[in-house]
Amino acid sequence: MSAVDAAALTAWVREFARLAHEQRDALTRLDAAIGDADHGANLDRGLTAVVAALEAQPADDPAAVLKTVATTLIKTVGGASGPLYGTFFLRAAGALDGDDGRALATAVRAGYDGVVARGKAERGDKTMLDALGPACDALDEAVAAGESLDDALRAAAAAAAAGRDATEPLVARKGRASYLGERSAGHVDPGAASATLLVEAAATALAGRG
Amino acid sequence: MKKLINDPADVVAEALRGVAAAHPELRVDHENRVVLRGDAPVQGKVGLVSGGGSGHEPMHAGFVGMGMLDAACAGEVFTSPVPDQVVAATRGVDGGAGVLHIVKNYTGDVMNFEMAAELVAAESDTEVVAVVTDDDVAVQDSLYTAGRRGVGVTVLVEKLAGAAAEEGRPLAEVADIAKRVNGNGRSMGMALTSGTVPAAGRPTFDLPDDEMEIGIGIHGEPGRRRVPLAPAREVAEMLLEPVLTDLDMTGGDGVIAFVNGMGGTPLLELYLMYAEVVAVLEKAGVGVARNLVGSYMTSLDMAGCSVTLLKADDELLRLWDAPVRTPSLRWGA
Repeated sequence: MSAVDAAALTAWVREFARLAHEQRDALTRLDAAIGDADHGANLDRGLTAVVAALEAQPADDPAAVLKTVATTLIKTVGGASGPLYGTFFLRAAGALDGDDGRALATAVRAGYDGVVARGKAERGDKTMLDALGPACDALDEAVAAGESLDDALRAAAAAAAAGRDATEPLVARKGRASYLGERSAGHVDPGAASATLLVEAAATALAGRG
Repeated sequence: MKKLINDPADVVAEALRGVAAAHPELRVDHENRVVLRGDAPVQGKVGLVSGGGSGHEPMHAGFVGMGMLDAACAGEVFTSPVPDQVVAATRGVDGGAGVLHIVKNYTGDVMNFEMAAELVAAESDTEVVAVVTDDDVAVQDSLYTAGRRGVGVTVLVEKLAGAAAEEGRPLAEVADIAKRVNGNGRSMGMALTSGTVPAAGRPTFDLPDDEMEIGIGIHGEPGRRRVPLAPAREVAEMLLEPVLTDLDMTGGDGVIAFVNGMGGTPLLELYLMYAEVVAVLEKAGVGVARNLVGSYMTSLDMAGCSVTLLKADDELLRLWDAPVRTPSLRWGA
């Protein structure tokens, strides 16, 4: 079975959509604590549109799948998460070359770099980068060490979750939570929480593919 | 949650149907959720486009019309519009003199308007200039934060830049007016209760009966500190002290003083607050040249208010007095 073909990427995104729907209220509660209480609803709405778009126009080309995801998110989500997740998938689509774990790691890294550029944030600012960054590092490391895709994605998911949890004591320096200053500490960042779902979805949906 | 809605998912689309029905002089593009002047694009006039999350009504759609905005993009509740909406609005108001984007300084709004401007530049030779408002003194302005939020001064920017555009001034001058208004305006807000986002179904934050939140934003994002409930007289001082510390408002031709309701506060209380604001300003030696009192930039059903002061000059006062004809601000026309 080929690892990152169009069907696999579609399965990944569908799983992300399922998780975001399931965790919608939890994400919104996190956002209510330090933001504006809309992250769960926005992401759920955008990913529901993504699933519909992928069903309406199924693609054989893996990069085309990621591009559809990107443009749909940019068109439907709004806020900061629309452009940020949209940019992640758009850059990943552009960098995807091959269908193995290494190609996936390269694409995900390009997506991460895109989010850094669009959001002008850094790790430690209490944003989605605090989950995505460690996940990229873990994925790169595992792939370089010759681990299976399964193991690599499990390591990435664990790294994302650890990064998400580590946002709790941080003071936010970007996004709406930054308006709170010191009061943003003591809450998990909703963007880091949803980014962890993205990586966990990959570990689940791509399991058994290599 | 008790709200006059049907399905929380349809709130924005259904409200825009009401706007269209109530204001036949405007044109509503329901697909893109853009409200335009009925006569847009006005040939030879700079087009003014603003927009943002819904839930702040009458901002921005209520300010579309002669002497103010040419188009407003309505995002989901508290969520910035997407780039496609801004592109559609920009195209719809381009009368050949360029388009000014008025953007409130929130991460999402800035990103979506930026992406829209990139798309417009890639597809046409329409000149677009963006002015970002960031007048909220509750937020520390630093390289390490998202910067100050755009709040009450946005309404004044839309009125004053709109008047300049209506006079036929070129894009660079209209943008300069917008920047000058933003640079000379400061705001501070407070909340007595939280608003409730329809899709969330419960208040964004809990505020005990005997406390208030100082430095609140317009999205229900909590403020910087909670303090015991105090009389309006003291609230006026708490709001004005940081504003007057941040920018010297004395001298010049006086200020435009704007007391804004957050959506759940009656006009009776807003006028009471305005009297307290005038008293504090008198003591501080700040003259009031013009004023605006009412709920113009709201946060759904949040109770509370914000105070915006704009240090004015002859030109800004003349632009303030210029005719305006929009659903929510109209005089002289």
